[in-house]
Amino acid sequence: MTEQAGNLEQVQAVAEATPAAWVKTELARHSQRPYPMDFIESIFTDFSEIHGDRAFGDDAAMACGMARFHGEEVMVIGNLKGRTVKERIERKFGSPDPEGYRKALRAMKIAEKFGRPVFTFIDLAGANPGIGAEERGQAEAIARNLIEMSRLRVPLIATITGEGGSGGALALAVADRVLILENAIYSVISPEGCASIMWRDASKRAQAAEALKVTAQDVKSLGCVDDIVPEPVGGAQANPEEAAQLIDEKLRWHFNEIKALPLEEMLQRRYEKFRNIAQFYTT
Amino acid sequence: MSWFKRQEYKIENEGEKTVRTEGLWIKCDSCDQVIFKADLEANLHVCPKCGHHFRISARTRIDLLLEPGYEIVDTELKSTDPLKFSDLKSYKSRLKKAQKDTGLNDAILNAVGKLGDHEIVLSVMEYAFIGGSMGAVVGETIARAVDRAYESRKPLIIVAASGGARMMEGIVSLMQLAKISAALGRLDDEKIPFISILTDPTTGGVTASFAMLGDLNIAEPNALIGFAGPRVIEQTIRQKLPEGFQRSEFLLEHGFLDAVVNRKEMKSYLSRALDFMKQPSQDKVAG
Ligand SMILES: [Zn+2]
Repeated sequence: MTEQAGNLEQVQAVAEATPAAWVKTELARHSQRPYPMDFIESIFTDFSEIHGDRAFGDDAAMACGMARFHGEEVMVIGNLKGRTVKERIERKFGSPDPEGYRKALRAMKIAEKFGRPVFTFIDLAGANPGIGAEERGQAEAIARNLIEMSRLRVPLIATITGEGGSGGALALAVADRVLILENAIYSVISPEGCASIMWRDASKRAQAAEALKVTAQDVKSLGCVDDIVPEPVGGAQANPEEAAQLIDEKLRWHFNEIKALPLEEMLQRRYEKFRNIAQFYTT
Repeated sequence: MSWFKRQEYKIENEGEKTVRTEGLWIKCDSCDQVIFKADLEANLHVCPKCGHHFRISARTRIDLLLEPGYEIVDTELKSTDPLKFSDLKSYKSRLKKAQKDTGLNDAILNAVGKLGDHEIVLSVMEYAFIGGSMGAVVGETIARAVDRAYESRKPLIIVAASGGARMMEGIVSLMQLAKISAALGRLDDEKIPFISILTDPTTGGVTASFAMLGDLNIAEPNALIGFAGPRVIEQTIRQKLPEGFQRSEFLLEHGFLDAVVNRKEMKSYLSRALDFMKQPSQDKVAG
């Protein structure tokens, strides 16, 4: 074997060892990637936070607030990850507890009451697993958001900006439009979780990411999101401002489309989208 | 137990085959006592010694809940393996094996029939089919049960038995949570009853969608019910979980179940609940 052929084989071996889906997973989780609140601060003005679920507490991993989108009154909701170690621990690495989902739903209900559209931003590995989360009904909190968002009588736009982790992400993403950033992922389980269950080896995470088809492009082609938001060259972390602008453009476009619909038609379309989503079966 | 008298229904058990090749005796998972299989079956697959509720097939469940003469519907759907998923084995081969083992196309059976006097739509998950996991076929089949209830205005009962979303269908399986929840929203708007029955085990995306959305959420005793799996939680918090954690009685105590009901009393409980939920206008229509 010539040296050149050997090198080529090596390069191919490396490419095979890190499938595109894993490269994207790492980009989606990049420590410098802008988080939902970074995007919210760039895209919206006059953010005034509202706290608490009126039942148990105020989840540090979820932020909700009144804001203005190009002058228009809206409700924005995003999970919080934190940058410093202290912040990350306080915010449970971005994974909300039941009271976080209930706070988000309370914010949506306020928006509904006053006829304001809702924008959600999602970058979380999943809902927080823990004793307290189970005691306070994590499953019920997520389920409640799914049913209530499916019939909330105001426009809803969800944007997955980094990790769209399973039910914890979906609980903010039953929306008229679901957007996903070019290098974000959306998955039913983390590649690590899948690898440790199906391969009984968590180090097979790259293979699992590939098999799960988690990339924005994959989930779009499976019809599980509505649109992909392009990112600056190198990823959102390379130019956060430009990344925010690109999201803003897409949000405006989709928002204008939804706003043009009569309310009942908007609701009917949202219902039909989810009722007919992901129909992969034969008869 | 109750201070009011329940109407009793005789429970038929014709569907269960009594001829077994693997022996006439079975050891109870819970109390380790050896039980005569015929006794176990006669006792609705509840251990006569300790009350442990054995897992039962979807078909057996339907036989326990519906009067003879019910109809199995919506059986035609089959997974297309949307991700062409393969781990150590291919998903296709797992499907084939599960289909052969259970005689079902997927982990779900829909039926229409009578529970006591009530015409209902019943959807029952089959745990023996890839852990009762929910992919596109289970999601669509349950959504069709919801549609049937919506169109016929009959009460809907769903019996959950599932490890959650079917990983081998990836994001497609996650979308089924939204699909069924949206369908249930429409049912709820029309005030058509929906009762969720949670059996051992009900976890993950199934708990985090329709199983928690009943007008009443009712569980069998000591069923494992939760969002995150116990092993995931243990690994995350690095400590042992308390005794009884994520069992029916734990959920009842924390306010997420309306009742924990023994298998023997389930049918009379449901019938009583359906009496309550029956709309006066329907009575008028019925004369
Ligand atoms: Zn026993």
